Amino acid sequence: MAARETAPERKEELREMARICERVPAHAPQTFWEALQYYWFVHVGVITELNPWDSFNPGRLDQHLYPFYRKDLEEGRLTEERARELLQAFWIKFNNHPAPPKVGVTAEESGTYTDFALINLGGVQADGSDGVNELTFLMLDVIEEMRLLQPSSMLQVSKKNPDRFIKRALKIIKTGFGQPSIFNTDAIVQELVRQGKRVEDARCGGASGCVESGAFGKEAYILTGYFNIPKIVELTLNNGFDPHTNKQLGLQTGDPCDFHSFDEFFTAFETQLRYFIDIKIQGNNLIDRLYAKYMPAPFLSLLIDDCIANGKDYHAGGARYNTSYIQGVGLGSVTDALTSIQYNVYDKKILTMPQLQELLRANFSHDREYRRRFLNETPKYGNDDDYADAVMRRIFEAYYNAVDGRPNVRGGCHRINLLPTTVHVYFGRVTGALPDGRLAREPLSEGISPVQGADRNGPTSVIKSAAKIDHIRTGGTLLNQKFTPQLLADDDGIAKLTHLIRTYFRLDGHHIQFNCVTAETLREAQKSPEKYRDLIVRVAGYSDYFVDLGEELQNEIIRRTEHAEF
Amino acid sequence: MVEGIIFDIKRYAVHDGPGIRTTVFLQGCPLKCWWCHNPEGLRDWPNETFVKQSYAKSIGRVSVETIIQEIEKDLLFYEESGGGVTFSGGEPLVQHEFLRQSLAECKRRGIHTALDTTGYAPADIVQSIANAVDLFLYDLKLMDGELHEKYTGVSNSLIHENVKMLTANGNAMIVRVPLIPRITDTDDNLERLAEFVRELNGVNTIHFLPYHQTASQKYRRLQIENKMTDIHPPSEDEVNAVKNRFEKQGFLVKIGG
Repeated sequence: MAARETAPERKEELREMARICERVPAHAPQTFWEALQYYWFVHVGVITELNPWDSFNPGRLDQHLYPFYRKDLEEGRLTEERARELLQAFWIKFNNHPAPPKVGVTAEESGTYTDFALINLGGVQADGSDGVNELTFLMLDVIEEMRLLQPSSMLQVSKKNPDRFIKRALKIIKTGFGQPSIFNTDAIVQELVRQGKRVEDARCGGASGCVESGAFGKEAYILTGYFNIPKIVELTLNNGFDPHTNKQLGLQTGDPCDFHSFDEFFTAFETQLRYFIDIKIQGNNLIDRLYAKYMPAPFLSLLIDDCIANGKDYHAGGARYNTSYIQGVGLGSVTDALTSIQYNVYDKKILTMPQLQELLRANFSHDREYRRRFLNETPKYGNDDDYADAVMRRIFEAYYNAVDGRPNVRGGCHRINLLPTTVHVYFGRVTGALPDGRLAREPLSEGISPVQGADRNGPTSVIKSAAKIDHIRTGGTLLNQKFTPQLLADDDGIAKLTHLIRTYFRLDGHHIQFNCVTAETLREAQKSPEKYRDLIVRVAGYSDYFVDLGEELQNEIIRRTEHAEF
Repeated sequence: MVEGIIFDIKRYAVHDGPGIRTTVFLQGCPLKCWWCHNPEGLRDWPNETFVKQSYAKSIGRVSVETIIQEIEKDLLFYEESGGGVTFSGGEPLVQHEFLRQSLAECKRRGIHTALDTTGYAPADIVQSIANAVDLFLYDLKLMDGELHEKYTGVSNSLIHENVKMLTANGNAMIVRVPLIPRITDTDDNLERLAEFVRELNGVNTIHFLPYHQTASQKYRRLQIENKMTDIHPPSEDEVNAVKNRFEKQGFLVKIGG
């Protein structure tokens, strides 16, 4: 190509590309460009080998590339503009690489075609010092300019990082494409250390995929599947019988009509939960053995530390750390369901267990009064209400105790995290009506976010509720918050949101993501206000719940939002 | 302890003073401003139409202890952001005993306090709470006495005396002005306003709050006459003109709280 090219600049560029491709990855990279190309070859190798690990990412890209960047600038080999262009090309490479098509239940669980490469920015260095550098900001520019869904991007925010870093990212977030998401480095480090990792390995780690914590380059951490926790409530209410499949799926933990207290009900729930976790772990161990035996990953094993030293494949427990995650789904839904049982059946005796069972069987048809009570006059997770939040903590402990520390066959342990990808929609479809007033087949809550519309006291109370989870004992949690761009219109709004994030992280929150809503979402909220009761918009000099506003004003805000969108 | 009547509590209030705040809305107001955007705060409790159907909100008749518990929930957010609590209304000075005790409890806990007030209350009452208020958000509406009476139902002389007293005593203050086309947004009113504020000790910040029609539905639901049907929100140009006018005179100006 270089020989045929007539433009001298392009000719030289092609020659340089050829030279770099001859050199890496066989030899260590010497320049910024070589380092990018080096990683790209590695990435393609990993995902081609077995596609064993979507969510493969370049680790701490800004830190890894920084020495090359500095050196090239100093030696006049590179300009900031050229670095920007190369990074943009790098982003396009990710974007051009689709994930393998998903079918059936897999497609339902994770209905997206992205490869889940998540670029980590900022955080701390191996020695614990501030990891934000000039390249971090350059990459944020690239993210803003490119506006690509893939690779996805996130901020690792440590208490040691400057506010300027968060504020720069919020200016991207307010343009409304859901990136970058924001993670708490100090929590991730504690999580990984609690799991028994060395502190330097933890500091060089981060989050990949959605929100999963791992020690980059040193760990085989596998997401083994999603677990529908609210479904366990349905099974407990039916003595282990599943009305959806018409089968006795669970244990016979007793007819709840015979339970005299919420504690009895909860014990039955916990028994069912453990029963299904046991099945899940047996299945995981079987699958792990299959992978170890029939699906070796020699290339990946070259890259992940200690596979060579241990003389073992990545899939056979060769990595320094070997974790199996089970992702709990529907924490908000299961909390509100059990809270409603405790509150309405046992505490306030608003109705009896047989009445509740009948309402749920009928999917609340012929009923208005009870469902209204369940929706509006029952404590809900996400409002900083200790009644509901205490139930949430109890569920968390039950789930944690059922999973955490159970050995896998790769020499590591099972751990929990709380994230849904898109499976809360599918799990909702196979789950009947729930005691919190949710109708059969409707989506479950996602991540650790409250049930859609259940939080009515603003973002600080959502954060307070979510922070009652002991995030440090998870391997990642996912919290979504909706805002309209106007709330971030000026520097004051951005500063206050920065404080909100800092406070959540001071409370050990793992991750928060701000979705700046689009006009389309607002129109949807106009049509189905009950699902968007938590949506806050900036009105004039103040903010209010969107659904509380008059229609004319709603229309005006929709127009304004359309205007602010790109 | 005395009880108070509140018609709303808003957490993550970001337009009622510095930082992240909780705003507590106290029921009752001696003024009847035409443009009032919280008409539910005017009436006597109970007002069932506006009891929000939310389990978790402590609204209605509450003790000082309850309100302090609500306020304390977001303590870490105040610390992180330099925020605190804002008492608003209605006119919070109407329930001055409840207000005084609530403010004192906040101060005891080191929580920054702001008071969003019309300033329309006897001077001794204003003075009795002033020490526990870190920042006054003080409304000035119309400088002309007759017009003030026409549009708010009360004279502005007490309001003006109180603001002079508070500033003379060194209380920190931001002046807030509702910007209503043809009513407060007139050449004459703005000129007299600038003159008046310039004379106040230590006041340099003015917040203009542009009129908006969000309350029109509340008026309908409450069946209160809405006298503002032919007044429209000011245009962006009109708002910016006012901003420039005051900035040129050396004031720090913010649109919205």
